[in-house]
Amino acid sequence: MAGVTLRGVRKLFGALEVIKGIDLDIADRELVVFVGPSGCGKSTLLRMIAGLEDVDYGDILIDGRDVTELAPARRGVAMVFQNYALYPHMTARDNLAYGLRRAGKSRAETDAKVLAAARMLQIEELLDRLPRAMSGGQRQRVAIGRAIVREPAVFLFDEPLSNLDASLRVEMRGQIARLHRDLAATMIFVTHDQVEAMTLATRIVVLRAGRIEQTGTPREIYHNPANTFVAGFMGSPPMNLLTVTAGEGGTLHLPGGGTLASPLPVSPGTTLTYGIRPEHLTPSDSGPITGAVSLVEHLGDETIVHLDSPGGTPLALKGPGDWALSLGDRLSLAPDPTRARLFDSTGQRLSAG
Amino acid sequence: MTATPQPRRRRTAPRKLWQTVLYHAVMLTIAAIFMLPFYWMTISGLKNNAEIFASPVAWFPDPVRWENIPGLFTRDDFPFIRQFLNSCFYAGMVAIGVCFSCSLAAYAFGCLRWRGRDLVFALTIAALLLPAIVTFLPVYLGWSRIGLNGTYWPLIFPFFLGDAFFIFMLRQFFLGVPREIMDAARLDGASEFRIFWQIVLPQVRTALAIVALFAIVYTWHEFFGPLIYLQDRQDFPLSLGLFVFRSQHAVEWSVSMTGAFFTALPLFILFFFTQRLFQQGLATSGLK
Repeated sequence: MAGVTLRGVRKLFGALEVIKGIDLDIADRELVVFVGPSGCGKSTLLRMIAGLEDVDYGDILIDGRDVTELAPARRGVAMVFQNYALYPHMTARDNLAYGLRRAGKSRAETDAKVLAAARMLQIEELLDRLPRAMSGGQRQRVAIGRAIVREPAVFLFDEPLSNLDASLRVEMRGQIARLHRDLAATMIFVTHDQVEAMTLATRIVVLRAGRIEQTGTPREIYHNPANTFVAGFMGSPPMNLLTVTAGEGGTLHLPGGGTLASPLPVSPGTTLTYGIRPEHLTPSDSGPITGAVSLVEHLGDETIVHLDSPGGTPLALKGPGDWALSLGDRLSLAPDPTRARLFDSTGQRLSAG
Repeated sequence: MTATPQPRRRRTAPRKLWQTVLYHAVMLTIAAIFMLPFYWMTISGLKNNAEIFASPVAWFPDPVRWENIPGLFTRDDFPFIRQFLNSCFYAGMVAIGVCFSCSLAAYAFGCLRWRGRDLVFALTIAALLLPAIVTFLPVYLGWSRIGLNGTYWPLIFPFFLGDAFFIFMLRQFFLGVPREIMDAARLDGASEFRIFWQIVLPQVRTALAIVALFAIVYTWHEFFGPLIYLQDRQDFPLSLGLFVFRSQHAVEWSVSMTGAFFTALPLFILFFFTQRLFQQGLATSGLK
């Protein structure tokens, strides 16, 4: 297995720059998830690593070897696609064997590898079926099998679970996590699903408009977002972001009149953004943050409450599953000051020191 | 005792009924108008000349002159079977030629990304606007210079170099092949030609069959090309052979009609078994 290094990678479609200089080191055996909104360039970046898109500027190294100009098949990568991309006229066995045959492997070796991959993915009974005779989950397992048999240095997954229903997605997520553990492989996974990103990744790369906004472990990304974009993108519901004005003595003034204690020393008079996750807000009679309930979502084990705050900023908080609230109820909320984050006027997170 | 539930019958409103009747009456009339020449051709082939021109018109041959049929195949001045085989060869080779050349071009236009692709495709389509007669003379002189007039080379070889209409038609089908399966094949180490041959072509088999059918029908009817390039009666396809026979034996209408019937028959049979493909092809090419 191998690490992947991207150095100043850029991509242009005509005059439009879609990847704007990416520098990234992915260590051997990491499972890195590229996440970001639609059009942020995450799939394009993955395809550039695969060799399916040309790199206009910069270099891509796999296992220390510059592969920027190499054909896809010579990079030592395998890819699993969103729509499975199985060859429709070939059986699952032929789909798995196709790459090995192209690589000139003997029939015996090909058969052995196909069978081993099929056993690992529990698709032995599907080997003689055509893709059209399989369910979505089965097809995706075959597609993963096709990647495994080639024993690549790096596995690339391009939103492989997007076409599956919710329960199958959970099952396949577990299967990919197990594969990562069993194969001890380097994997790069593209998704727009935060749950997939948080549960699978050893490291998350958050992308926006062709740039990396933040790289970190799921915990880092969630608890210490680098900027308001990451804070607002990761988490469901996302972090509450309130515009505040710093006052004297480490206080922060809300537009509605409430006063918060600043988690960091700040210069009086500056305008900042105060970020607090929905689960770190609790109802309290003396809570400085107030709002009227605009929507209540009962999810069974918890309730998500949406509020309209006096400053016009929408707020969300999480509570117990049996929380009885009505639309229009007024709530006063107290934030956990140790969990609050502050962002400057450019949206970057402020840190102590 | 409960009554057995009766299936609900769809009641046709009276207004709808007369609309339906009128619709079918009009359609049947139009169909009859179209069928009439074919019927006339068929019955005329089973009459003699006097019966063909008899007044009043006999809508059914009496007697049915079946002997006209073996007569057609045994004439020395109309080598029908030879010309039938020529037509089969001509149509078959053109079908192979367009399937081969146009699928390669359509793959390049529909599945590959390269600089200037859209411009070249536009120029290819623009060729459809150019009447064949405009290029006829220089092309004819070219074939004459290399001494291949009087052979099927000028009639067949150009189709091995592509045809704008069939390229356009096939490209529409190629555009429907998911790009990801080609990407998967690239990652599997397949060369571009192997992707075309082993991965993409099997997805467009129906399209190739449609193109082959259209090419066969077009070639079976083709008259001008053979008229210009072929000189020997033994080399003529049926489309030209029938015309030449009728020109030389203008009084033998029954033989001409029997010949016309057997010339059209293979296309009828082909259409009967491949109607679905024809409809699909017309829909794809925007002709319908």
